[in-house]
Amino acid sequence: MSETRLLQIEDLVLYFKTRIGNVQAVDHVSLSLERHKAMVILGESGCGKTSMARAILRLLPRNVSKYSGKVIIDGEDVMPMDDETFRKNVRWVQVSMVPQAAMNSLNPVIRVGDQVAEPAIVHMGMSKEEALAKASETFGLVGVPEDFLVRYPFELSGGMRQRVAIAMALITNPKIIILDEPTSALDLLTQANIMNVLKKIKWEHGASYVLITHDIATSSELADVVAVMYAGQIVEVNDAESFFSQPLHPYSQKLMASVPRLRSDREPEFITGRPPSLLNPPTGCRFADRCPFRFDKCNAEPPVYEVDGHLVKCWLYEDKATGDVS
Amino acid sequence: MSVALTKNRHAHPNVEADEILLSVKNLRVWFELKKWGFSHVGWVHAVDGVSFDLRKGEAIAIVGESGCGKSSLMKTFLLLNRPTEGKVFFRGVDISTLKGKELKKFRSHVGYVQQDPYGALPPFMTVRRILEEPLIVNGIKSKTEREERVRRAMHEVTLTPVEDFLNKYPHMLSGGQQQRVVIARAMIMEPLLLVADEPVSMLDASVRVEILKLLRKLQEEHNLSVIYITHDLSTVKYFSERIFVMYAGKLIEKARIEELLDNPLHPYTEALLTGTSEPDAANAKVLKDIPPGEPPSLVHPPAGCRFHPRCSRMIEGLCNTEEPPEFEVFPGHVVKCWLYKDQAEKLEQ
Repeated sequence: MSETRLLQIEDLVLYFKTRIGNVQAVDHVSLSLERHKAMVILGESGCGKTSMARAILRLLPRNVSKYSGKVIIDGEDVMPMDDETFRKNVRWVQVSMVPQAAMNSLNPVIRVGDQVAEPAIVHMGMSKEEALAKASETFGLVGVPEDFLVRYPFELSGGMRQRVAIAMALITNPKIIILDEPTSALDLLTQANIMNVLKKIKWEHGASYVLITHDIATSSELADVVAVMYAGQIVEVNDAESFFSQPLHPYSQKLMASVPRLRSDREPEFITGRPPSLLNPPTGCRFADRCPFRFDKCNAEPPVYEVDGHLVKCWLYEDKATGDVS
Repeated sequence: MSVALTKNRHAHPNVEADEILLSVKNLRVWFELKKWGFSHVGWVHAVDGVSFDLRKGEAIAIVGESGCGKSSLMKTFLLLNRPTEGKVFFRGVDISTLKGKELKKFRSHVGYVQQDPYGALPPFMTVRRILEEPLIVNGIKSKTEREERVRRAMHEVTLTPVEDFLNKYPHMLSGGQQQRVVIARAMIMEPLLLVADEPVSMLDASVRVEILKLLRKLQEEHNLSVIYITHDLSTVKYFSERIFVMYAGKLIEKARIEELLDNPLHPYTEALLTGTSEPDAANAKVLKDIPPGEPPSLVHPPAGCRFHPRCSRMIEGLCNTEEPPEFEVFPGHVVKCWLYKDQAEKLEQ
């Protein structure tokens, strides 16, 4: 593989065991992320996007029934590592995460400065003083006043707490930062402010992001590459420029058409039906039942086609494809 | 459902120009803060001097961030809060004087669509029981009539085939279907006014538009008055004729929807419009010009204009000391901001 790929996911599978069968949350997903870029994973609730983030960081619940594939970070496959090596060498050292509703994931009885400093003490072997100095430096980066170091989470507003959670993910200078719905619980202006912070960090410090979200409009604030996830599978990988103007997969097209717009009079549409259950997903294309372009071939599972350098998992592109990836 | 969302941006044909359904006069809703449960320490000024009229068949939107008092305002229309000062008139009657049977009657005229459909539906009741409840409470004794009205309401929100849903519990339904049950429940007493508190913020993008279209269809068919409360400006224009922007307990700008989108006056409204993203790859290349800071505390709101600490066009000695009155800058376009003092005076002459 080329040297520049920072993160390479190949054929990642994550199934959960339940009383009524296997939930195929992440189903043979392959993706790659280049250095200093941001990849957006776009999908509706329940499509498996958070499971995928957790699969990358190996933060798994106990009922996993199948977990396989390759996660290659900077040229090294981390999947064969045992849990202790993974914790020491990968988690927070190479990849960190801002979990969903991160502002509520802070410990209420510990000062925020100490919480932010903790990863630096654990993973970088810093002394407490060094770590606190580093924490105050990181606070400056995300726009939290330095005197907030000694405050408790309840003394901070939602937006400030979210910034603290981002600071916690940044303090160890990881190569990749996974952001799971980083702004969805926040107000409009706070949301825009946090997006500004993330952009600045990317431009000035060359951070690489994996941004997981269902909010198409907000995702365009950060995206270099967009991957669309539907029912556990990646159905399209496209660069931001062409995705937001001309999405390829019918699901992406429908999703874009459903966004209400402030500055145009175009009538928004909705997608009839609902996503299939991940318990027993249909054979063939998983979007077929809701797809306006359905035809005979859709009963068989579509391969991933390469169209002008973009990837799309749909039979419609069989003729236009310049390559077959799967 | 074939209603177009965009066409209704112009005044609704059914609006009866003079019939005012709801009239709010200088409303204040303050909550007392107490120490140890009895000694007074201050007030939370949740709603602070709000006035407007709502005509029959008209849809308005109230836009604001969390904590600006929009929910306190809404709960006052439902008489879940008592006004501290000022009055709310419903068809000419002051609602805070209502008691007993009259109060019940008033409440049956107002439908309420909650934000979180799963939280708003009792988990131990079937859809049939949930929809029957308001009918039982309002004394409809005949079982066949109740059944018939439940079915009609379900048809209206397209929960069809009805038999498939009647005996289901809320957890067996998807988010969109749950929200339809909530809407059916709000509609079952055939209300005159529908209050929708962020009805689509908990739903997925693809379902959101479907629910907005449904609400619009109901509004047109029943000539309902609707108060739509939201933080999301991009959905507002598909739904209402007028828009009120709320900040720290006050309505700072009132205008017709296309007026406000094309020509926002208040610096806060401008910021809200800038902050609303469109899906466009160019967004990733620029920083947005957003005012710093956060909305003020409602216990000790800033003197003068409540937005002045965050405003880049603040006039020293005026904005931070004196509260701006309402200036009517264009006919029907009212703003509470000192920047428009001269312009408004010109219009008066």
